[in-house]
Amino acid sequence: MSNLQSLSLYWPELILTVTVLLTIVVDLFYSNKESGRTAFWVLGGLILTQAAISFQDSAIVTTLFMDNLAFDPFATFFKSLIILSTILVIFISQRTHELDGYRTGEYYALIAVMVFGMFLMASAIDLIMVYISIEIVSITSFILAGYLRGDRRSNEAALKYVIYGAFSSGIMLFGLSIVFGLAGSTKFFAIQEAMWNLEGSANFAFTLAAIFILAGFGYKISAVPFHFWTPDVYEGAPTSITAYLSVAPKAVGFAVAIRFFNQVFGDGGSFIDPSLTTFTELPWPQLLAILAVASMTLGNLVAIQQSSVKRMLAYSSIAHAGYMLMALPTLSSQGVYAVMIYLVMYLFMNLGAFFVVIYVKSQGGGESFEDYSGLGWKMPIVGIVMTIFMLSLTGIPPTAGFIGKFYLFAAVIKTGPQLYWLAIVGAINSVISLYFYMRVVKVMFFEGEPSATVVVPPLAIMLIFMALAIPSVVFGVYWTPIANWVSQSLVLYTQVI
Amino acid sequence: MLSWIIWIPVIGMVAIALIPRENIRLIKIVTAVATGIQFLLTLLLWSKFDLANGGFQFMERAEWIPSFNITYILGVDGLSLPMVILTGLLFFLGTFVSWNISRAHKGYFALFLLLDTGVIGVFLSLDFFLFYVFWEVMLLPMYFLIGIWGGPQREYAAIKFFLYTLFGSVLMLIAILALYFACDRTFDMLLLMQTAPTALNGVMWWGMSAVKVIWVMLFIGFAIKVPIFPFHTWLPLVHVEAPTAISVILAGILLKLGVYGILRINYTMLPVAVWWFAGALAVLGLINVIWGAMCALAQTDLKKLVAYSSINHMGYLLIGMAAVIAAGEVNGNNLLAAQAGLGGAVFQMFNHGTISAMLFILVGVIYDRAHHRDIEGFGGLATQMPIYSGIVAVAFFAGLGLPGLSGFVSEAMCLIGAFPVFKAIVIAATLGILLNAAYFLWAFQRIFMGELNEKYKELPEINRMELFTVIPLAVITLFFGVYPRPFLDLISSTMNVIIDTVANMGGIAGLY
Repeated sequence: MSNLQSLSLYWPELILTVTVLLTIVVDLFYSNKESGRTAFWVLGGLILTQAAISFQDSAIVTTLFMDNLAFDPFATFFKSLIILSTILVIFISQRTHELDGYRTGEYYALIAVMVFGMFLMASAIDLIMVYISIEIVSITSFILAGYLRGDRRSNEAALKYVIYGAFSSGIMLFGLSIVFGLAGSTKFFAIQEAMWNLEGSANFAFTLAAIFILAGFGYKISAVPFHFWTPDVYEGAPTSITAYLSVAPKAVGFAVAIRFFNQVFGDGGSFIDPSLTTFTELPWPQLLAILAVASMTLGNLVAIQQSSVKRMLAYSSIAHAGYMLMALPTLSSQGVYAVMIYLVMYLFMNLGAFFVVIYVKSQGGGESFEDYSGLGWKMPIVGIVMTIFMLSLTGIPPTAGFIGKFYLFAAVIKTGPQLYWLAIVGAINSVISLYFYMRVVKVMFFEGEPSATVVVPPLAIMLIFMALAIPSVVFGVYWTPIANWVSQSLVLYTQVI
Repeated sequence: MLSWIIWIPVIGMVAIALIPRENIRLIKIVTAVATGIQFLLTLLLWSKFDLANGGFQFMERAEWIPSFNITYILGVDGLSLPMVILTGLLFFLGTFVSWNISRAHKGYFALFLLLDTGVIGVFLSLDFFLFYVFWEVMLLPMYFLIGIWGGPQREYAAIKFFLYTLFGSVLMLIAILALYFACDRTFDMLLLMQTAPTALNGVMWWGMSAVKVIWVMLFIGFAIKVPIFPFHTWLPLVHVEAPTAISVILAGILLKLGVYGILRINYTMLPVAVWWFAGALAVLGLINVIWGAMCALAQTDLKKLVAYSSINHMGYLLIGMAAVIAAGEVNGNNLLAAQAGLGGAVFQMFNHGTISAMLFILVGVIYDRAHHRDIEGFGGLATQMPIYSGIVAVAFFAGLGLPGLSGFVSEAMCLIGAFPVFKAIVIAATLGILLNAAYFLWAFQRIFMGELNEKYKELPEINRMELFTVIPLAVITLFFGVYPRPFLDLISSTMNVIIDTVANMGGIAGLY
């Protein structure tokens, strides 16, 4: 579609842009103390954006701005997912005392910018657009990770994040430039077409480029071996941002990776023939499988040794990236379907776990396991809710996490015996992860004694807990709405070649 | 009705959640009422059960997740009904065994009821997904019940139990999914029982027969629960650390889940591989018998002794299960032997449920009074606690298989059934009975005979609440020991169906 025509399908992003600008302007009129109120402007903007998304005709599948962005249900799904997680994170941010003493106007404005970047990531079908959108998200997250200017660890986190981010995006950019050199175009479909006619001598260059690009995606979803930034950044950043980073950018990281692999190396995203691949020289499905195994195994094994709950959750998020990567080598619609279901389930349970960490810290506790000792007796509601999140992250029925894993395993097993080993490794990893997730539960309930007085969180906190914990259980028992939503969203823009 | 049986404990759990935690008495009463109603319903089920019908009865079916072909299907047959009744009985009695737990009553009884739902749900569900969900739901309450209310090493025991069983169940999950895709995308066990036996014939995975691979994965999942050597190491530890009522439930019902799973799923869905594995099953049974008995002999902790006796008793059951192949053409269509073996195995499931429950309650009784379980530390208790000693004698004799008590009938059936096919193993297992008698009698002698230990001059006799929990079990043991007919009538039609399924596969056993 031409640029002008595209605008009519671009309302959500336009509203978002206005929100960002408005937030910055409005913030000027607030005093330091009041600056937290910008959150409501951002919230309002996000709700309007979601409304605009809902009003769009889901039957339209096209490209925008001269084939730079795809407009398809797949992108819309991720946009809604981002808005949902952002709204939750803004609520959470308001309830944490970590940001006390800092002006938060920019904080919320930056979150809105990040949402915009993630919208682009979810729909990019052009190499340049992929790169720009990833950079928008990365740079805003660098700033947000270092938002606690007075906290050395937050500064350290931001700096480490910048260095790793710059490094991996540089590598990715190099890979992208090789692809452009070989294919003569930056559009996914043109590259796919070029790959069919690729001369044998170019295979090595393409292999190299594919691995470089993978590094960029791997960094975004924090998959091994591109994960080194994750624990330090997750530990140093404000916890609400950690929670956000572990959910939203990871989700769109998967979106962009799915698009790239299916549309460039696979059958173009139509899922008609999953075995079709344009790139037979590099066994890239196997490569993804190995990344998956490495991520979950390393994430889980290192998580066992952590003494801080927050750091444990950081490694656990690496492991969860591994679980989700498991479904990509299947190259099938079931695989993508499973990842999308998993992302929905993961959103609730992971945000929930981080919110408990925030709440416990704000109640005078810390982030180490000892600080959780006897918590289940002192604050039974927090204890029970945290138990739900831990079980869900482990994947024990009847929780949402189990359903997510169930779909992932189903997608892997459906592919056939050649991938059974992957399912078995994933299953054994779930068992390993049980150990450290249950350690939280253990210190909360097995230590300490029933106490006479119990702490009940205030209403606003309770509401957030319930908003995260109830879906974590209900979607474990009845998830047809999610399944329907995802299956309707499983339409990628394709171009017949 | 089946739905009510499953969900009544959950209703009780919600009610408990609403009761203030100071009101301990009301919490206990609610638990007793919920488990009591459940038990009465299971008895009602028995009275209405059609004995001639070997298929599933009281079926319930509802849509659940149509997009993945997941359905809510419940049903009961001659294999699950005895287990359902046993579950109802033991949870009802277990409420009274837990009457004197020390702390956090609200949490305890809520989790106890959740455990009840999980266990009975496994026995009643006929959808593989539902089965798996119930199977896992059970783990969590067990983890907390052991970890919060258990003995000194409870944290270690709780996580060991959880890790072991989760390992088994994830393998099971993969096998379930493999079956799902191999059998035209269904979790419906009734359909799977028709399609699965032949769907995978001839399919090879990495040079191995697909049937065998799935069979073994399922088997490991169940074997951990039974527990079958070499997956038994969690059991003694967990038993020792668990509170009495949980030991009762664990030994009485949870171990049976493994056997139930093998019979319900491995036997009926992949009967071909039963032929391949029956020999190994009998050998594993023999190892369980000998190993369990030898370990029991070496114990000084009474509860550990009883725990190892469970491993020992499960061995007879496995040998009986292996006897099912006697009905095949290769083995001369010896239907009687197969009926005796399989019937004996199911009967042993039930009998071990009552006998081991009794044993653990009795161990709990003495532990509550003396605060230790060291077999050497007692002596001469028979003079101090005559009633208690009498009941322990009944339980021990039932455990060692004295004729006239139910344990004898089922063990004899298992061994008689297996004899035509596995002669050497049965002879060796019969020798195991000697060891079996040795450890029980020796323990009895050390605790109850000889001079009364001075320390225990003041030990009070077993009280009425405790008697109330033990007497029904003792009566059942005696009754079925003399007159096992009602039980065998209950299961025989279903046993014949299972035997038929397996026996018919004997002809094509060479094909896989």
